[in-house]
Formats: sequence, structure tokens, C-alpha cells
Amino acid sequence: MTLWHKLRPYGMVAPSIIIFSLFFIYPIFYMMYLSLFDWNFISPTKTFVGIQNFVDLLSEPEFRQVLSNTTVYTVLTVALTTGLSLLLALWLNRGHFLYGIVQGAIFSPHIISLVSISLLWSWLMDPEYGLLNWVIGLFGFGKLQWLSHPSTSLISLVIVAVWKGIGYNTLVFIAGLQSIPADIYEAASLDRSKPWTTFTKLILPMLSPTIFFLVIINMIGSFQVFETIAIMTQGGPVNSTNTLVYYIYEYGFRFFKIGYASAAGVILLVIVGILTLVYFKLLSNRVHYR
Amino acid sequence: MKAANRAIEGPIRAAAGSPMNGVRTKRALLRIIMNVVLRLVNAAGLLLLVLIFALPFIWMLSTSLKTLPETMIFPPEWIPSHPVWKNYIDAWNTGPFLHYITNSVIISVSILLLQMLTIIPASYAFARYKFAGSGFLFSIVMVTLMIPSQLIFLPVYLELSAFKLLNTHLGLILPFASSAFGIFLLRQAFRQISDELIEAARLDQAKEWKIIARIMVPMVKPVLVTFALFSFIAHWNDYFWPLVMTTNETARTLPIGIAKIREVEGVGTWNILMAGNVILVAPILVVFFLSQRQIIKAFVYNGVK
Repeated sequence: MTLWHKLRPYGMVAPSIIIFSLFFIYPIFYMMYLSLFDWNFISPTKTFVGIQNFVDLLSEPEFRQVLSNTTVYTVLTVALTTGLSLLLALWLNRGHFLYGIVQGAIFSPHIISLVSISLLWSWLMDPEYGLLNWVIGLFGFGKLQWLSHPSTSLISLVIVAVWKGIGYNTLVFIAGLQSIPADIYEAASLDRSKPWTTFTKLILPMLSPTIFFLVIINMIGSFQVFETIAIMTQGGPVNSTNTLVYYIYEYGFRFFKIGYASAAGVILLVIVGILTLVYFKLLSNRVHYR
Repeated sequence: MKAANRAIEGPIRAAAGSPMNGVRTKRALLRIIMNVVLRLVNAAGLLLLVLIFALPFIWMLSTSLKTLPETMIFPPEWIPSHPVWKNYIDAWNTGPFLHYITNSVIISVSILLLQMLTIIPASYAFARYKFAGSGFLFSIVMVTLMIPSQLIFLPVYLELSAFKLLNTHLGLILPFASSAFGIFLLRQAFRQISDELIEAARLDQAKEWKIIARIMVPMVKPVLVTFALFSFIAHWNDYFWPLVMTTNETARTLPIGIAKIREVEGVGTWNILMAGNVILVAPILVVFFLSQRQIIKAFVYNGVK
């Protein structure tokens, strides 16, 4: 083997590895470093403050609310999206072309820019002239404030996230259902097993890798929610929809508290990191399994 | 439970075998009626489901063709009797939209082309060559795959600012010039190609790059196409990264321009805002309806595997 043959693979992977190191790996460490300083971005000197930023953050009621908002948003979004899409998948898993059309329709928001979805839903949820208030009015309900009131703002964002995500999740579930061998169903029906028993004892266990996969990626996605908040609520009213990434964005780019924002970033890193490790393990298991 | 029932309804119905005895008993009739009712409920449910997802888009189109007073009339007029096309001109005139669209095209296409140039050789090397440190280098890919851009935008902003790349096309392109996800997908595809094929080509004394370009790449073309669709749509739609990495109009893209209409036109001018929104959504929806299967495959099956 010539030297050229030995060096060739390194040359082939080098561009990608350089990009990843420069824009993904190094920034992680840079952020950890910055989180230990007090710095306003403009001043030439950074003041070392140790873990003071973390202490300040965790004792700040605003940040605690941000953490709780993010958690509530994530739990609701993930539970509703995963649960509803499992039901939809069981319903829509048919070969008939009509079901194909329905699958396409519920999937369509997934490929639309979050900007469009946020603007569209801001209009649908308008307290005065929104279509949603008119529709619920038809059923005799009074007008809701949706995004404009702290008691409904976060759940309104959850509704938008579920609307956007449910089609993708449903189709992943359908792919999962279709990978269950048909003879298993036949065996169950020959055994005269009740539908509910077939579902809990057969379908659910066979689908558990898919369920686990979707729960994890939905959680990772929800923890980083930004676009809908930036466009629809700007974290308000009264901080009721402020979440982690939006908080980091505001502290970094509006208030120029780089160290403080980086510390919040490190906290997000820890949360996403834990979820990611679980996902990583799952992913390698799946690859192994196939 | 009902849904579960439906999913396995076929085999169960087959096993029950209804008209076998030939005699139309009361129970059989009842079963037929139940069946019809179930079908109707099912059809109504399907229709409702489609409406939940289609009506918002129809409403967007409808609003975009109304005058401002018309947007406040209820019950609403779904098809405006006098469509106001001027809303589209107004939306277009709120900012340099030709510039935004040009930027969007330049950035998404450059990212896609660069990704093709970087991920094909990298994934091929990871899939086909044994070399010292490949495990470590691949772990860099895997870690990158797990790092969302929302997590690292602050340090990357400082980095790009140090390189004087803020507000440049390059600053929005370079961080995505390779894709960990793409390498991951393509490596799997390259691994599945049989060794005999390559050995045969090597016996023909073909140069290695020729083997890659003429034999290997065509074999993974479906994966490349699905990845390309995925990448293009993701970057065309992206709002977060261009928003965070720009402070002026030089490199801003279409999603930012659309979101800015509200600042220019003021709150409540939903007709003009929705016209802008149609400009952003229509191309993607048209592409989606033309190649629905391919796109769904790109997003769903790549996610599963």
C-alpha cells in the first residue's frame, strides 16, 4: 500500500471533520468557557466570575419560570403529539388512496416554514377576528384570548406544535406498524384475541422502539422551541411563554450578557445532552437490530 | 380502542365470515347497518381530519385576497367576491423581496452543493476504508449529529464575528457545508453495496475515484435524492439561523422578510401579512404535491432508520 492509499481516507473525511470541529464541537467548549465570565460582548476584557452566572440564574425567579415553561411545554407537546399520532396511525394505516390523501394532508405542515405557521396561527388565534374564536362560537363557547392571556398562551403554542408535528409522527408510526409482520396479526385473529388485547399485548410492544424514538426526538425538539415564540408571543404575556432558547437569545443579543446567556446555554446543553445520550443508545441499538 | 379495532378489522372480519350460512337473520341485517354507520362515521372523521389541516391554508389564501374590513366580517366569506390582488404587491413592497429570494436561493443551493461535495467522499471513506482513527473521527460525526444549532448559536455568532463573516452569505453557508446526518445516511447506503461489485471494477484496473463516481454514487442515488430534498427544504425554511447571524439586509432570506412584514405594515393588517405568507408557502406546497411520496419518504423513513 502506497502512502497515497494510506492518506486518501483522511483527505476524504477532512473537509467534513474540519467543518464539524469548527462550527459544532469547538463552540460547545467555547460556550462552557464563556459561561464562567462576565462579558458584555463590546468590552475588550472578560471578567472571570467562576460559577456565579449559574448561581445567579438558578436563584432568578424569571429563569425558574423559563425552565418550568419549557418543561410544561415539552411534556404537553410530546404527550399530545405522540399519543394522538399513535391513534391516527392505527386509524390511517390503510392502502386505499383516500387514506394516502389524508396522510399527505396531515403531513403537509411538517415541510412548511415555522415562520408561515406562526404567522398563520397568530391570525387564526386573533382574539377579536380570529377564525378559531368564530368556530368555537358556533358551538356556543365564548371568545378565548389564546396567545394574549398568560393562562392560555402556553397551551396555544402547544396546539400549534401538535398541529405541525402530528403528521410526521403519524407517518413514522405507520412505517412502524407496517414493519410488523402480517402473520402476527393472523395468528392473533386465529386465536380469537380481543382487539384491545391484540393492541396492548401485541401492537404496543412491537411498536415500543418507534414510540421511544419519537418521544425522545420530540423532547429534544420541544426543548429548543424558538421560532413560534419569537414570532407569536416574544415570550409574553408576562413571561408566560418565555422558554430556554428564547431566553438565551434575549440575554445574548438584546442585553449583551454573554456569560449569563452562555450559562443558560450550558444548562440547556446538559438537558439536551442527557436526552441525546438516551437517543444515541437507542439509535445504535436500532442500527444493530436491523 | 376503536382505532385499534379498525387496524385489525380486516383479518377479524375475514375470520368471522358473515354471509356464510345464507339465511339473512336479523343479526346479519343489524351487522350490515352497523357496518354502513361505521363507514359513514369513518368517512366523516377522515373529512374532519383533512379540514383541520387544509382549512388554515385555505383561510390564509382567502384572507390574502380580502380588504382589511372584509377580514373582520363573520360569518366569513371563504371565496372573496372581489379578490384584492393588490395585497400581494403591497406585501412585496414592504421590503427588498427580490433580494431576499435571491439570497434564499443562493444560500440553500450553495449549502446543498457543498454538502454533496463533502458528504459523498466522507461517507464513502467511513463505509469502505479501514484507517487508523476512523472510529474517533466518526464519533465526531455522531456528536455533531446530536448538536442542534439552537444550542450553539451564541458561540458560533462570536466566532463568525471574529472571522468577519456576519452578514455575509458565506457565514450562513459555511457552518452547514457538511452534514452529519447526510454522512450517517450515506454511510449506511455505501455499506450495503456488495464487495464483489467493487472487486470486479478493481480487476478492470479502474481508478478508485472513477469507481466511486461511476459505480458507487449511482447506486446510492435514491438516498442522495431524499437527503437533498430534506436539506433543501430545511434550509429554505430556516428562520432561526439567518435571523441570529445577520444584523442588516445583506444576507437575509425570505422567511425573515416575511416575518418583517408585520413590523412594516403594523399589527392587524392580516390581509397583507397572509399575502406575504402565501408567497413563502406556495412554492413548497406545490413541490410537495408534485413529489409527495418522495418527500414523505425523505422525512419519515430517513428518520426511522
